[in-house]
Parts: sequence; structure tokens; C-alpha cells
Amino acid sequence: MSEKPFTGAVFYEYLNEHKLMGSRCKTCGEVHVPPRPGCAACAGSAVEWVEMSGQGALAAYTVIHIAPTAMIEAGYDRNTPYCTGVVALAEGPRISAQILDVDVRHPETIEIGTPLEIAFIERGEGAARRTYLAFRPEK
Amino acid sequence: MKQRRLGRGVAIVGAGMSKFGAFPGLATRDLFVDAFQELLASVDKGFNPQEIEALYIGNFSSDLFEGQAHTAPIMADWVGLTPRPATRVEGACASSGVALREGLIAIASGLYDIVLVGGIEKMTDLPTSRVTDTLATAADVTYEVPAGFTFPGLYASMATAYMHAYRATPETFMKVGFKNHENGALNAKAQFGQRIADIMEARKASAIRKGRPVPTWSDEMDFLHDDRANPIIAWPMRLYDCSPISDGAAALLLVSEELARQFTDSALHIIGAGQASDGATHDRPTLTGIPAARHAAKMAYEMAGVAPADIQVAEVHDCFTIAEIMATEDLDFFPAGEGWKAAEEGRTARTGDRPINTSGGLKSKGHPVGASGAGQVVEIWKQLRGEAGERQLSGDIRLGLTHNVGGTGQTCAVHIFERR
Ligand SMILES: [Zn+2]
Repeated sequence: MSEKPFTGAVFYEYLNEHKLMGSRCKTCGEVHVPPRPGCAACAGSAVEWVEMSGQGALAAYTVIHIAPTAMIEAGYDRNTPYCTGVVALAEGPRISAQILDVDVRHPETIEIGTPLEIAFIERGEGAARRTYLAFRPEK
Repeated sequence: MKQRRLGRGVAIVGAGMSKFGAFPGLATRDLFVDAFQELLASVDKGFNPQEIEALYIGNFSSDLFEGQAHTAPIMADWVGLTPRPATRVEGACASSGVALREGLIAIASGLYDIVLVGGIEKMTDLPTSRVTDTLATAADVTYEVPAGFTFPGLYASMATAYMHAYRATPETFMKVGFKNHENGALNAKAQFGQRIADIMEARKASAIRKGRPVPTWSDEMDFLHDDRANPIIAWPMRLYDCSPISDGAAALLLVSEELARQFTDSALHIIGAGQASDGATHDRPTLTGIPAARHAAKMAYEMAGVAPADIQVAEVHDCFTIAEIMATEDLDFFPAGEGWKAAEEGRTARTGDRPINTSGGLKSKGHPVGASGAGQVVEIWKQLRGEAGERQLSGDIRLGLTHNVGGTGQTCAVHIFERR
């Protein structure tokens, strides 16, 4: 793997390449997603990039009707709500992500524990294009 | 963890707050002067405000809300206390809970004898979308906000985790909001000091006045289930599950224990204090409670030498209804997973065995975020001194607690107060 710094900027560079990356501590093996330049478990400074499998399970969720400015710009509003949640990755770490292909009109039918697989959302044009992390129920 | 003790005792001998609400044309400094004036009047034996030696002011984001940073010296100036040191303390919605702790530590250290602790926030100048964006800066802007999370959304996701783990339902959350409006109706300082039934009647009267079809809700729960009257904000959190956007200020006068009798014969001694921190919401081992609140509460109980069952009144951080239920478990008032049942059974009502948020809570009283923690202490001040009027708890109320959460639990401050 590359020696790129273990920063948010690089995390999102990888996401633009459709890779969900974390950092793994060479001393104790702890995996951090998002990545950290040092290990929060053992304070070790030797870490390496590691790619996640993209498998996970839904740990918590909500369906948002009153959206923040960025999501309004992405086309969501009171009449077009969206689901977002916390995903427990197969590798252990948890992360926030938009949840696609669930019934936002009947949020009570969305089930915690549902197996999920990674998806990628592209927003913006040209140089402003950016990939956002998402998951959807496993097919 | 090593058990911590204060270097010397500290007591609250005065407390005041502005009304909470939406006040076009009033800035935080105006609201703070209002709170300060009420504080002066609350000191039983009177005192010269020039005796104050330092100020600690809780404020989340005057920068984004008002376009004004560096607010603490302005507060000192507006109440005539320059050149005393004035320090702004930021801990999101726990800003003034943390400011109280800083004031406490400053006196306990021996550096000062008399300190003014304040909390201020002015949120209503911005449109709702920008308030939503500003509140979201209390979460992790790099990793939580890009997923589309809002502040209500983060608490709503904890609500789904809680419902899944313990079989609670959205109706439980509605009952918490209902209860807090019952309490807030008895608090003249509350922003939405109406019972749900009063709000329903007002809606019906308005419909008649405007010649519109009159709603036919059968009862309060029917009203709270109505998507038009009580729209979803972030499912399962609806409008009446969410604290409002508010302006307000609160102020507390702290003195060293030896000086307390010069000010009043019924001071509130701060006998327990705890504070804890945490990472992003998604990064926690549990989403059905707030770990920082558990840590802060444990510290406070140990310092105070009291048990959860000893606490007679508590103001907890009900920024959302789910937050109140989790708070009652994180504070060990009820076992994990039992808080929602206690709420359903009315145990947390003013007449219950475990009264929570007699002020109306953030839901009904209002939530000017940086002022909320100090505002909670104002209610405990009143309840412990028998000055809470119509909402006064019966009996000899001597032990109270405040629980103030910043963000979704990245910060939590808990304090325990005793009237001796
Ligand atoms: Zn390590």
C-alpha cells in the first residue's frame, strides 16, 4: 500500500476511487475507519492502509424529512426524505452512511441488523465531483 | 479511575435567567443583562456585584448564530465587570454545564472566592436551514455530516437502536413531550409554556377564525400522531419530540463555602461534579445510551457520596424526547431498557416518584443551547429553595441533579446540589 497520509482528505480521495479505506495499527492490529495517523488503542505510531470488504450490517438509522443545506442541494426535502444510519462493518468499525433502497415511506419496516453492502453516490460536476459513502441491503 | 475531591467547598448563592423564546432585536448581551439582574435580586442578603472576581460564560456558536465571536468580554462589559477575566467556554449544548464546572474548579482551587457563571445563545436570527447546519457542527463535520446526518437525525438513529433493543415505540417518546409541556405550562420563563391540550384548542380556534376545516383530534395522542400537526423531522422524532430553536441567557453566582452565609441561609452546595468526553456517534460501542453521561454521572455520584435513588429532582438534557429516556438510564435512575416503561407509567411526571424536568425541560422551556446547562441549575435552585411556585415539588427537597449533554454525547457534564 501507498504511504499516503492517514487523513480525511486521503480517505475521501480513496472514496472517489470507490475504496473504503481505514488504518491498521502495525503494533496491536486495531483497525480505525475513518483512518487515524496514530493508533487510539495503543498510541502506536506505525499504521498502514487497509481496504474494507464493503460488507456490514445496519446498527441504527433514521429517515430525515428536514434536511441540511447540502442534502437539499442534492435533491432531498420534506417530500423526498432519505435514510441515513450507522453501519457496523464486517471488520468491526462503525461508520455513518446514507442507506439506499429502503422504504423511506414506511420507516418502521426498515430492520436493524439487515446485512448491507457498500454503494457509492456521485454528486457534483467536473472538479466538484465527489463520492459519498452509502450502503444498500445485500442482494 | 482515581476518586477526585474538590480543594474546598463551593456553593451557589444566586441564580437568574431571561425568559427563553424568540426575541427579534435582542442580542445575547441584552438577554444576559436580564439574567444578571434576576440573579442580583435572588441573593437573599444582597451583595455588591463588584465583588465578583471572574466570569465563565458558556456559549456554543455566537460566531455562526450572530456573526459575533469573543463574547465573554462583551458580557463582562455589559454588566460592568471589566477588567475582570472573562472566559468563554464551548462544549456545544453543554457549554454552560462545562462553564459551571470551570467556575467550580476556579473557586475550589483557591484562586477566586466569588465567580459569575453564565450561559448565552441567540439562535433565532438565522433561517431554520442554517440553524440546522450550525447545530450539525457539534457533530463530526468530516465523517457524520456528509452521510446526511442532522442533529435530530443522530438522536433519531439512537431512538431506532433503542426501540430495537428494548421494544419501545414512538408513542413512548410522545408521552415524554406531553409530560414536559404539562410542566412547562407552569413556568413563566418557558418558550412553549402550553399544555398539548391548550395547543390543540388554539389550533382549532385558529381554524374557525380562518374559515378552515376544524381538526377533530380525539385526544392529545391523536394530535401527536397527526402528520400535519406533528410532522416528522427525522423518524421517529417528530416536531413535538424536538426542543425548539431559542434565544436565552442564564446566570449563577458561585462563592466559596465559607462565604456562603454572607449571601444566604439557603445556599446550594455543589457536592458532586463530573464531566466526560467521547468520539463520533457511530464510533461508540452502544447507541442505546450515552457513555459520556454514564462516566460523568459516576464521577459526580462518587464525589457527592450519594446514590442515584437519593436524588429528589433532576433536570436532564431532553434536546429530544429519546434523550430524556436515555438520560434516566445513564443516571441510573432506572435500569438500562427500563426508562421508557418508567416514562409510560408516569414515574417521571411532577407527581411521580422520580420527577424529571419540572421546568418543562428543553422541550417546553426552550433550548438556547449555550444557556441550557445554566438554565437547568436555575430550576434546581428554585426547587431546592421551595421557590418553584405552581410546579414546586412537595416535601423537603434537598438534593438535586443536572445532566447537560453537548452534541450527541461528545461532552457531558453532571452536577449534584445539596441545600444544607
Ligand atoms: Zn495499536
